[in-house]
Amino acid sequence: MLFTSLYFILFVAILFALYYAVPRKVRWPLLLLASYVFYWFSGWQNLIFITVTSLTAWAVCLVMGRIDEKAKVSLEERKDTITKEEKKKLRDETKAKKRRLMLLGLLIDLGILAVTKYTDFVIENINAFLESKDAIQAVDIIVPMGISFYTFQTVSYIIDCSRGTVKAEKNPFKVLLFTSFFPQLVQGPISRWKDLSATLFEGAPFNFENFSHGLMRIMWGYFKKLIVADRIIVAVNILIKNPERYTGAYVFCAMMFYAFELYCDFTGGIDITIGIAKCLGITVKENFDLPYFSKNIKEYWNRWHITMGTWFTDYIFYPLSVSPKMLNLSKWSRKHLGNELGKRVSVYISCFLVWLATGIWHGPAWNFVVWGLLNFVVIMVSQELEPLYSKFHGKFHLKGKAGYSVFEIIRTILLMSMIRMLDCYRNVPLTFKMLGTMFTKFRFRTFTDGSLLDLGLERADYVILLAGLIVVFSVSLYKAGTKKDIKAVLYEKYPLWCVSMMVMFLAVVVFGAYGKGYDSTQFIYNQF
Amino acid sequence: MEELLEILEELHSDVDYETCTTLVDDRIIDSFDIVTIVAEVDERLGVMIPAEEIIPDNFNSAASLWALIDRLQNG
Repeated sequence: MLFTSLYFILFVAILFALYYAVPRKVRWPLLLLASYVFYWFSGWQNLIFITVTSLTAWAVCLVMGRIDEKAKVSLEERKDTITKEEKKKLRDETKAKKRRLMLLGLLIDLGILAVTKYTDFVIENINAFLESKDAIQAVDIIVPMGISFYTFQTVSYIIDCSRGTVKAEKNPFKVLLFTSFFPQLVQGPISRWKDLSATLFEGAPFNFENFSHGLMRIMWGYFKKLIVADRIIVAVNILIKNPERYTGAYVFCAMMFYAFELYCDFTGGIDITIGIAKCLGITVKENFDLPYFSKNIKEYWNRWHITMGTWFTDYIFYPLSVSPKMLNLSKWSRKHLGNELGKRVSVYISCFLVWLATGIWHGPAWNFVVWGLLNFVVIMVSQELEPLYSKFHGKFHLKGKAGYSVFEIIRTILLMSMIRMLDCYRNVPLTFKMLGTMFTKFRFRTFTDGSLLDLGLERADYVILLAGLIVVFSVSLYKAGTKKDIKAVLYEKYPLWCVSMMVMFLAVVVFGAYGKGYDSTQFIYNQF
Repeated sequence: MEELLEILEELHSDVDYETCTTLVDDRIIDSFDIVTIVAEVDERLGVMIPAEEIIPDNFNSAASLWALIDRLQNG
């Protein structure tokens, strides 16, 4: 069931009505039922995977919770007689038991993800190594929708329970809702138990203001998705699927068009997710913070797909970087390579592994692996050049100057967009070849001689696209300048809010990309 | 505490660590800085900060970081 389909809108409208009609206690079970109905539309088999993954997390966490309780009771009972050594022994034993359970849970949940998503990739590479296409038959497993997202949620739940930062939930149905909550099943955000559970099971009473903000957020998401993303995708597809014809300036067009498309598609989808949740009185974490205003790639990754970035940082980067082995390596490298370079070695090794994992998480293909590693290389090079940049900025008094900030922003957008072309062409050598033609076959006239009208978009489409992008940019600029969300500001002037809603609704209905020629597609991040 | 302030100042000398309470929230220090701090604390103070203690609340100010070190050191 696509977010952009009428069925989905009807589904959500009925859910809103039912949700507030039933008693508060019944609201979260209703959401679970709705989530399973929604997911059932993507294939009933998918329900098996999500249920097994969720129940595994529920069971191991429950047992971990019981082990903790038992240790607590034992400590309490023997509090007057227990020695320090015995206390330490008990703590270590508890920790070891929980660790074994945690590993079992991670093995099952990540195992399901690995088998469903990566089996064919492994087979393909073994066949390539053996130079025989059919040495091993591909198994053609259909990857369950949203598996990368919900598996990461269960992994965070298991690790947090094992660390003791989250209390294990006794009710299995609550864990099932945590992983299957339908608005975020398609493309995230990757929620954490302690964030989402605070409101997910509350069945908050109807709040007009919250509901209005939610509706506005949903409408804004549709505006970005249907007016910009689903229109521009037509041109992107033509450019990408005909690389022999569209070289040079066309590659630059594809690069920028895809940058706009991905932004409007992904942020639009998250707007719809957060908006639906808000209407239900549920708070879902923000996933973006004006990413295209970032001045370098490190900052960009702090602002783009935030929940994925923090997941990799909290569950892979930090545990790796501060592990005893890495700390010892850090000591060794500082001794042998000097303090400055030496202390960065272990950080870079962890960073390399994180970006490798990030690339693989995005998809079972080499283009994603290379994409991840390129991000790592750029971050590492920028980090190493930092002292040089500081000297340069100081010498020419550039820091904080508006013109230079704009240059840094444009540089980051271009660099990110270039790396992202690996995601478009899905072929590593082809991507580099096409990027090369941008420098060797660039024809400026491509932009002026009407060639762009040959990409499945008419003049009127470009006008609508431009208008849509100006609106999106203005809203972002307002937020960057004032730190306020214009949608909240509009609500304070209610008639203006109503007019804005109406205008957006009409714009989506009249100018939204529907029908023949347009590809009202699933969200791009759904494939990850 | 002085040793900790020295570690922090080596990272970003332009920050007033006595008053700043939003080191992580305002992105004054990032994940690379945090790992460097953890390594330095391990090296110079002999206190190992585990991954589960790396949360914004513990790293938002020099005082909160010192409180964490103190807690880990004295049980």
